[in-house]
Amino acid sequence: MRLTCPLCGERDRREFYYYGSDDYLNRPSEGAAPDAWDDYLHLRTNPAGITHDLWYHDMGCSSWLRVTRNTVTHEIHAVEAIAAPKASARGAAK
Amino acid sequence: MPDLIAKSALAGHAAALTLGDTTLAEAPMTTITSIAPFPNKGKAVDAALKPLGLEFPAPNTASSKDGARLLWTGRQQAFLIGTAAPDMGDAAAVTDQSDGWVILTLSGPLARDTLARLVPLDLRDAAFPVGTTTRSGLNHMALILTRTGDAAYEIMTFRSMARTAWHELAEALETQAARLDQLA
Amino acid sequence: MRIEGRGQIDRTKPVRFSFDGRDYTGFKGDILASALLANGVKLVGRSFKYHRPRGILTAGSEEPNAMVEILEGNQQTPNTRATVQELYDGLKARSQNRFPALSFDVMGVNDLAAPFLSAGFYYKTFMWPRPFWEKLYEPIIRRAAGLGRLSGKHDEGHYEKAWAFCDILVIGAGPTGLMAALTAARAGADVILADEDARMGGRLLADLTGVDGKSGPDWVESVLAELRALPNVRLMSRTSVTGAYDDGTFGALERVSLHRSPAPHLPRECFWRIVAGQTVLAAGALERPLAFPDNDRPGIMLAGAVRAYLNRYGVAAGKRVTLIANNDAARLTARQLMAAGVKVAAILDTRPDASAVEECPVYLGSTITATRGRLGLSGVTVAHAAGTATIETDCLAMSGGWNPTVHLTCHLNGRPVWREDIAAFVPAPNAVPRLTPAGACNGAFSTAACLAEGADAARKALAALGRTAPPMAAPKAEDAPYTLTPFWQTPDVKGRQWLDFANDVTTKDVRLSAQENFASVEHMKRYTTQGMAPDQGKNSNVGALAVLADATGRGIPQTGTTTFRPPYTPVSIAAMGAGGRGAGFAPQRFLTSDQASRDRGAPMIEAGLWYRPSYFPKPHEKTWREACDREVLMVRASVGVADVSTLGKIDIQGRDAARFLDLVYTNTFSTLPTGRVRYGLMLREDGHVLDDGTTARLGENHYLMTTTTAAAGLVMRHLDFVHQAFCADWDVRFISVTETWAQFAIAGPKARDLLATLGTMPDLPFMGVAPVTLGSVNARLFRISFSGEQGYELAVPTRYGEALFRDLVARAETMGGGPYGMEALNVLRIEKGFITHAEIHGRTTAFDIGMEKMVSAKKDCIGKAAAARPGMTGPDREQLVGLKPLSDAAITAGAHLFTPGDQVKRENDQGYVTSVGYSPVLNAWLGLGFLKNGRARHGERIRLVDHLRGIDLLCEVTDPVFHDKEGVKLRA
Repeated sequence: MRLTCPLCGERDRREFYYYGSDDYLNRPSEGAAPDAWDDYLHLRTNPAGITHDLWYHDMGCSSWLRVTRNTVTHEIHAVEAIAAPKASARGAAK
Repeated sequence: MPDLIAKSALAGHAAALTLGDTTLAEAPMTTITSIAPFPNKGKAVDAALKPLGLEFPAPNTASSKDGARLLWTGRQQAFLIGTAAPDMGDAAAVTDQSDGWVILTLSGPLARDTLARLVPLDLRDAAFPVGTTTRSGLNHMALILTRTGDAAYEIMTFRSMARTAWHELAEALETQAARLDQLA
Repeated sequence: MRIEGRGQIDRTKPVRFSFDGRDYTGFKGDILASALLANGVKLVGRSFKYHRPRGILTAGSEEPNAMVEILEGNQQTPNTRATVQELYDGLKARSQNRFPALSFDVMGVNDLAAPFLSAGFYYKTFMWPRPFWEKLYEPIIRRAAGLGRLSGKHDEGHYEKAWAFCDILVIGAGPTGLMAALTAARAGADVILADEDARMGGRLLADLTGVDGKSGPDWVESVLAELRALPNVRLMSRTSVTGAYDDGTFGALERVSLHRSPAPHLPRECFWRIVAGQTVLAAGALERPLAFPDNDRPGIMLAGAVRAYLNRYGVAAGKRVTLIANNDAARLTARQLMAAGVKVAAILDTRPDASAVEECPVYLGSTITATRGRLGLSGVTVAHAAGTATIETDCLAMSGGWNPTVHLTCHLNGRPVWREDIAAFVPAPNAVPRLTPAGACNGAFSTAACLAEGADAARKALAALGRTAPPMAAPKAEDAPYTLTPFWQTPDVKGRQWLDFANDVTTKDVRLSAQENFASVEHMKRYTTQGMAPDQGKNSNVGALAVLADATGRGIPQTGTTTFRPPYTPVSIAAMGAGGRGAGFAPQRFLTSDQASRDRGAPMIEAGLWYRPSYFPKPHEKTWREACDREVLMVRASVGVADVSTLGKIDIQGRDAARFLDLVYTNTFSTLPTGRVRYGLMLREDGHVLDDGTTARLGENHYLMTTTTAAAGLVMRHLDFVHQAFCADWDVRFISVTETWAQFAIAGPKARDLLATLGTMPDLPFMGVAPVTLGSVNARLFRISFSGEQGYELAVPTRYGEALFRDLVARAETMGGGPYGMEALNVLRIEKGFITHAEIHGRTTAFDIGMEKMVSAKKDCIGKAAAARPGMTGPDREQLVGLKPLSDAAITAGAHLFTPGDQVKRENDQGYVTSVGYSPVLNAWLGLGFLKNGRARHGERIRLVDHLRGIDLLCEVTDPVFHDKEGVKLRA
């Protein structure tokens, strides 16, 4: 499996650490109802098809990435930095 | 008052190794400073770097002038090597990294094949031209790899892992030399 | 028997080798199988289940029978195919799966018991009585099972792993692959051409088929000469591409030096990961055996293999050869044999309507009804259209047609498609993205068709890469049609017709499987074990499912195939694990004090990847406990020095650094004054403790966080996530400086006195930090303590670490102190009730460790919401306590706690012990552990039980802080 890191380019899977669903990006606000936290922390879909999950370019640039992929065909549709999807190639520095 | 003697990572552990005209060696200790620009401070960073003749590098590249080099080393981060960091004001976080890394050099005709045993990168000329600097892994170790010449590379990894890095690179080089000698 | 004037071996270079202790001679260019056949050795192995005598069936990696052990001292390699192993001087091979000898094998008795050992025998027989399985059946089955043996010694062989990248990978170097590689290479693409054979050329070497007016081998050599001269081509012979993986990644096994005796540093094998932009699969096809009674005798071979031995190795596989086929392949074999002067007894054509015109007897509409010869074929009985015949023969060459080698196209779940006209499976379209099958593996069998498909596939790959193929004329070659009439088994005869030679599966076993309702092909495979031997059914899958289709009345396409999975050919574990042995298993991290510690005789223990000194023994000390006790008392009484550089250190800067720390820590850091240090607790978002440590404020916008040794990488990843996911626009940057600083704890009542000898030191309050200089070296001094004594930590740039450690230890020793190791460090912290990851092991909350008050009510932090959920606090939680045995006996971490009087069983479990140590200060074993409602139970007695180590005693439950509860010494 190979992922194209927006900063580093195409790399082998071993450079990345897998975390889980991109649900982790939608952190409830302070004081949100327990159900919202339960949902955020524990409830996950397990689709046969398109998923969005989080990967960390551990042996690379340290970017956290949102990967859109298909669990059936193994196609990778998109790899985006979670921090700055629209950032230029020079990162958030400019 | 203690008289503290500086020691390089591999002092007393490894001498330069040459096989098949390819040499693995530890580079002399130098100054390394991390420069991490704060948000929206790109222009200020470049202005501060200008007196050195450097600019903040794009991913997988380096900027260099007169022995001073600025290597891209990750997201929002570059390492200034070989010279003291200029005053960055509030444009960037500046952190001394001089003692955190061991720098190894590998040069010669077997260099690329040696690296191909340990580094999961496409090292062909088109994908990794001279001047490329990138982050990857040297087997299980964090790696900053720079192609410094046609058949020359600079390998940076954590100082505490220097002996393992040396051992693995030396073994890979020995293997390539044996392939050359025994199978030709 | 060697034939003069034939073969592509070098007859000027004899090669000596031995098989089963007997010496033989072959020639350079031989494989073990060809050299054995040349020496008249036909019996080379025994089958797996019935131990039937077996000979050589094929001339390639698909060989099911001729598996031998190659003996190279500690590098003994079992299950080596004699049809792959190249001959080298001094090669020692041994047959396997026989006892005491190949020609007399006592396990051959299984064959007589065959009526009782039918498919499913194990499942039916060894089920009852239940206890017999472990005690009786399994040990017996295990002794009988298995093929070759390992040496039982440590394999000193060297193995290698490597990466390769290319624009176009061509798998297989027969006519198709060579043509594809040539086309791609001339277009300037980076090409890797991989072939499992030592010599490239495929069937052009075995059949001598001419191309463009040249002989097969000559045309191959002309193409290879051009490819070798091109800088953009990498030729990888002896390399089997074993698996297709996602995104253009392939696994491949290179037999680097298995064709010679070992040499220093020369790898035996190399496992390659090849990443290709486009791939041309030119894997060829494998010939099918035919099923007839006793079709497994040594001397019965595939027709294509007989041609390969003749043409490539100059070996006649028999003196009097008979052929049987359902296609024209037998005719070519017969003609080539006769041309070489080998007697051909007869051609048996299963087709009633084929031509009978040959220079030898031809029997049309033939079936073989019986074969003879115990350790080697001596004759066959034939029923044919015009009657019956008995033929004396020592070699029977058979051909049931060809199976395209579709395996790699199935590795990503592709299902091959049945083609009725060739009675074979071909690759499904687009089965592997960016891979194009071509030539025989795609069902094109003539040489001309292979050459054309190879060039076409390369053009397609080039176009996908945006490259243009140069104009090239198609080479001229034979273009004969491939016609066959399927023949899957011999009807209406007695005797066992073997399908899977390696695993002893017959047509009857497959029918029995269907009859007992294991009718799906996947069930049949597991019920009969067909296809589960080392050849993975390469010789038997299609035949077996044809028999199954017949038995169930379904068609072959409806029956389908089992799933081909990687690897295509076996890959040694040594190759896959190359570089992972010994020092290569994991990186070793060494402290700057490493040599100084070893110089003092300190045993080093692993702490994660780090090596830390366990203790520093004095000459008179006989046990680690003596050293540990002395070091603990030394720190409590004078001063000790310990290397604590392994703690994670993260430099954090920016206007929002304080805000960021407030988000990741439960407690507040924005209020920490510059020059001060605070203990911090970090939670996971699910409310459990992630890590703890101290963080110093070095400046208004500058902090230095320390993490535990164990969680340094984890915390860095966590900080990156919180930053990038929730506050990427904040003015905060951080970087690890763990490796940048060497840091030493100086602990004990004389710690300050020691520091004073280093020069002028600032008078730091407890939990203070300041920059200091040691001569010209910039250093940092922290007043923090993990021992409970007056304590400092002094950090210098790593290059000075060794010098400073030696210096500090020398100074300490003049004051009655010295270095202390991990054992003492652990006892010191247990005496103080300080936690480590033994306590914050991932299932404990801030409440459990008594730190719920550190979760600030005034601000949000990661984990705060979840930490307040029901069940995360309260009396039902197991809470941190101290434990003190009532006797002098030792206690153990991992022991469980029970209320005295309760039965010791899971339901009554009250908690567990996490850390123990012997306190020489209190003259007692001390423990830390978690106990239900523990904070309310101080003073109670609790029963500590460790079944594993036979410990059962009573402890007193105490406060976790055993020593200096008020912290007077800490602040002194």
